[in-house]
Amino acid sequence: MPELQQPENSNPKSSERVVSQTPSQIAAALQREHPEWVAEVITALGETTVIVPRGHIVEACSFLKSTPGLEFNLLSDLCGFDRGPEEEPRFEVNYHLFSTTKYHRLRLKALLNEEDTHLSTVTAVWRTANWHERETYDLFGIIFDGHPDLRRILLPDDWQGHALRKDFPLRGYEPYSLT
Amino acid sequence: MSAVANIPPQFEIVDQPLDSQMTLSMGPQHPSTHGVLRLELVLDGEMVVKATPDIGYLHTGMEKLFEYRKYQQGIVITDRMDYLNPLGNNLAYVMAVEKLLQIEIPERAQVIRVMMCELQRIASHLVWLGTHALDIGAMTVFFYCFREREKIMNLVEAASGGRLTPSYFRVGGLMMDLPAGFERRVQQFQTDFPQALDEFNTLVTGNRIFQKRTQGIGYISAEDAIDWGLSGPILRGSGVGLDIRRANPYTGYDKYDFEIPVEQDGDVWARYLVRMREMRESHKIVQQALSRLQPGRVKADAPKVVLPDREAMKTHMDALIHHFLLVAEGVDVPPGEVYHPIEASKGELGVYIKSTGGPKPARVHFRGPSFVNLSALPHMSRGCMVADIVAIIGSLDIVLGEIDR
Amino acid sequence: MGLENVIAEALPEVLTTRLDSLINWARKSSLWPATFGLACCAIEMMNVTSSRNDLARFGAEVFRASPRQADVMIVSGRVSRKMAPVLRRIYDQMPEPKWVISMGACATSGGVFDNYAIVQGVDKVVPVDVYIPGCPPRPEMLIHAVMMLQDKIMKESVRDRKDVPDQEAREAITPGTLPVTDGSTLRPGEKAQPLPYTIASTHEKRRSF
Repeated sequence: MPELQQPENSNPKSSERVVSQTPSQIAAALQREHPEWVAEVITALGETTVIVPRGHIVEACSFLKSTPGLEFNLLSDLCGFDRGPEEEPRFEVNYHLFSTTKYHRLRLKALLNEEDTHLSTVTAVWRTANWHERETYDLFGIIFDGHPDLRRILLPDDWQGHALRKDFPLRGYEPYSLT
Repeated sequence: MSAVANIPPQFEIVDQPLDSQMTLSMGPQHPSTHGVLRLELVLDGEMVVKATPDIGYLHTGMEKLFEYRKYQQGIVITDRMDYLNPLGNNLAYVMAVEKLLQIEIPERAQVIRVMMCELQRIASHLVWLGTHALDIGAMTVFFYCFREREKIMNLVEAASGGRLTPSYFRVGGLMMDLPAGFERRVQQFQTDFPQALDEFNTLVTGNRIFQKRTQGIGYISAEDAIDWGLSGPILRGSGVGLDIRRANPYTGYDKYDFEIPVEQDGDVWARYLVRMREMRESHKIVQQALSRLQPGRVKADAPKVVLPDREAMKTHMDALIHHFLLVAEGVDVPPGEVYHPIEASKGELGVYIKSTGGPKPARVHFRGPSFVNLSALPHMSRGCMVADIVAIIGSLDIVLGEIDR
Repeated sequence: MGLENVIAEALPEVLTTRLDSLINWARKSSLWPATFGLACCAIEMMNVTSSRNDLARFGAEVFRASPRQADVMIVSGRVSRKMAPVLRRIYDQMPEPKWVISMGACATSGGVFDNYAIVQGVDKVVPVDVYIPGCPPRPEMLIHAVMMLQDKIMKESVRDRKDVPDQEAREAITPGTLPVTDGSTLRPGEKAQPLPYTIASTHEKRRSF
């Protein structure tokens, strides 16, 4: 089955760890207790996505990391998405959270407009966000406020433009040639 | 004397204290960096004060390329990412698309997927062992490992046609069924492999020079490892028993009996031991998969997604039309997004696919384990010598294709 | 080697076929590659050096990490834009005689990756002697390419490879100013444009093929 399974049957050591909540229950509880942090909850294809308003992303992340029972201590992935130049909001930033003790996953999403591509960094919550945010800045142009070292990581340092935006052409603007 | 007065300025001896720190660029073309990686080392004599990786020298723009290719065409691009474990990349991508489409894979295809992925894991660890030992100075193991690897590549080539870029999996199953006599050849490899592993142990594990160069080097604690997002053998070498095959099982991995090797030391030596034991566990899984192989279909029963059999295509009209539409227009995937992680040989390989409908994805993002593992290098390498950097990079088992995509 | 300079200056009009054969035989039998493995083709290059397909029996015994000690640069893998100046610099650091094998589809022409990040063919950066198709090419193909290069070396003349000081080589080629040197864009009857200055590396104006 292509779905991610809950760990009750699969992990032989899970007898002492009681799985108290599934991700959709966690999202619903979060919406009840901190409604200003949750704009929308989407459950599809076995995964739960919580859309968080961009001002509250750091608080939501540190709450999810430090609360016992939730313990999302590993940030699997932080990636951006460009919906296209005509869409409003244009950019999405996805945070994929994972718990090494409870084995559950959750996705947080922050939506950004084209004019204001600033978002607070979560490097203080998980240090692994450092390089992921640099990559998102490099390829999309989303600026993470408070990042210790925000510079390009994959493209050359003097590159103009952000490569994964939908209005950046696939072949770039001019071919590279010394001849 | 006129000669003394004519000394050009740069050779003048001036009374200035020497700067004790030096910045050295190790890199992009270097025999021990496992690819085009550049490290900026700030050195105080021989001791490393700070090691900053500078990546991007192999950036291929693959993620942008996916948006211009249909889903099936993207499979060949995934091969070139982690080019030591291409079947793992294929599997992650294909399973993410199958999750979007919500189709079920037949049992035989799942068993073959497990078998090929574990063979590929052994092959990837063999390259790790060969190059890691080569960097530390043990040259003989390199040739032994590549000899074993040739056997695995022969098997992969028999099944799919490509030694290094097989693209064997498809959305909905496999490219085609295993050739005749394949099980016998895998069994032949299985009987020979434990003896080869014992040979490697004799050559490397008991070697006191190897032990001295790897014990106590590159230490990272369990909390730091989780904070830095590490996964795979590095996390298991620091005492955290996390394996995605157990935590979020896929492709029927929950039915196989294997152990997860965990070591507590958190240094290069611990990761070495974890990977050597992992090769044995993979060997066990391949044996179980071989015994589970039953005749059956290898492609899912989803005519709008999976290409029909050649015979059906030549005789039935609807199969012909499906074949034409699938090749010309592609699969129409409903809107949605998935994140599917698998346990690749280097750690958690996650694929994030976002679809807004249509035959081409809107965004494909690969969370490469080597990308995240390399970001912890500055933390692991404070205070060690230059020669230890080489050992630490070898233990991280990085592949630049996955880091730079 | 100063031998070419001596021969070219002292014996300008003398045919040197026997000397050519001897020197070319020595050169082709000990082609030491510079490690320039970039991506997946590098793994196939490592397979070529391993015991099943042994490149050492053709003379390519040691893969030298330092370009100063290497004869041939096997560009194996995709060259990204960030890597291209590094590639040129390593090529310039190799002393004459030097050759380049472009291994794989990505090095030959950009391969699968026709996009903003990959240089579409390494011959836009360095002059190439042998191209190998494939993705990745089988190890036997790389051995065949090395043998083709050896045949090519046997047909050279010793005068063509005068060594050039580093500084001159670096200053002679300003990036972006060389015209296209392959004949593929010439229409029938058209001649290639004469170059407005001399190219220090005699690699490109070799008289014998």
